Amino acid sequence: MAQDNSEIRYLTPPTVEVKKKKYCRFLKNRIKYIDYKDPEFLKKFLNEQGKILPRRLTGTSLKFQRKVSVAIKRARHLALLPYVTDMLK
Amino acid sequence: MKEKGGSFLPRNQKVSTFAVDFLLTKYLFMLNQYETVFIATPVLSESQMKEAVSKFKKVITNNKGEIVYEEDWGLKKLAYPIQKKSTGFYHLIEFKAEPDTIALLETEFRRDERILRFLTMKMEKYAVVYAEKKRARKAADQKKEAV
Repeated sequence: MAQDNSEIRYLTPPTVEVKKKKYCRFLKNRIKYIDYKDPEFLKKFLNEQGKILPRRLTGTSLKFQRKVSVAIKRARHLALLPYVTDMLK
Repeated sequence: MKEKGGSFLPRNQKVSTFAVDFLLTKYLFMLNQYETVFIATPVLSESQMKEAVSKFKKVITNNKGEIVYEEDWGLKKLAYPIQKKSTGFYHLIEFKAEPDTIALLETEFRRDERILRFLTMKMEKYAVVYAEKKRARKAADQKKEAV
């Protein structure tokens, strides 16, 4: 079976994307505290509708994802970030 | 081991007085550090705003609290309207106080019609470090501008 697979010829050579390994920016940069008063920074973790991006997209570790989500929710309470919106970026 | 002055433990108990004193001082004199951000209505004049700020600062200082830092963010646009207002005066106060003070402060915030929103947080140790660094950076920037 394995040999059969290897004999498949493609018309266009398949592009193998080299996946960049995701990393947690907080662990890498040794950031220990996430400030809820800095909406510009927190916007990196939101999509255009102002929703919090999942860990699988941002690569943040679980520990810091929790802190990010708390910080975003605090910022929303203080009207620094919107709860719902369109075209945030 | 002889009894150390000021401690009120029974004399015959064999407890390290040093450790006891340490814990006591920690409980009696260590105040928590908090930060509070509040949004006041944009209809206030500058003097009215100052008066409001000093009112809340008094609540802290009258209850054995101590103000560490304060910052006026000025009139800012809100991300969404609150009480049909789209702007507000933001003000940040960092302070050290006893835990009971927070409830008093928050009732004052709730009673005051000028306050649209408020958020009081206990600062964890990394938050304190972060705030100090941020302040130091700001001071350095201001120095650069002055030169």
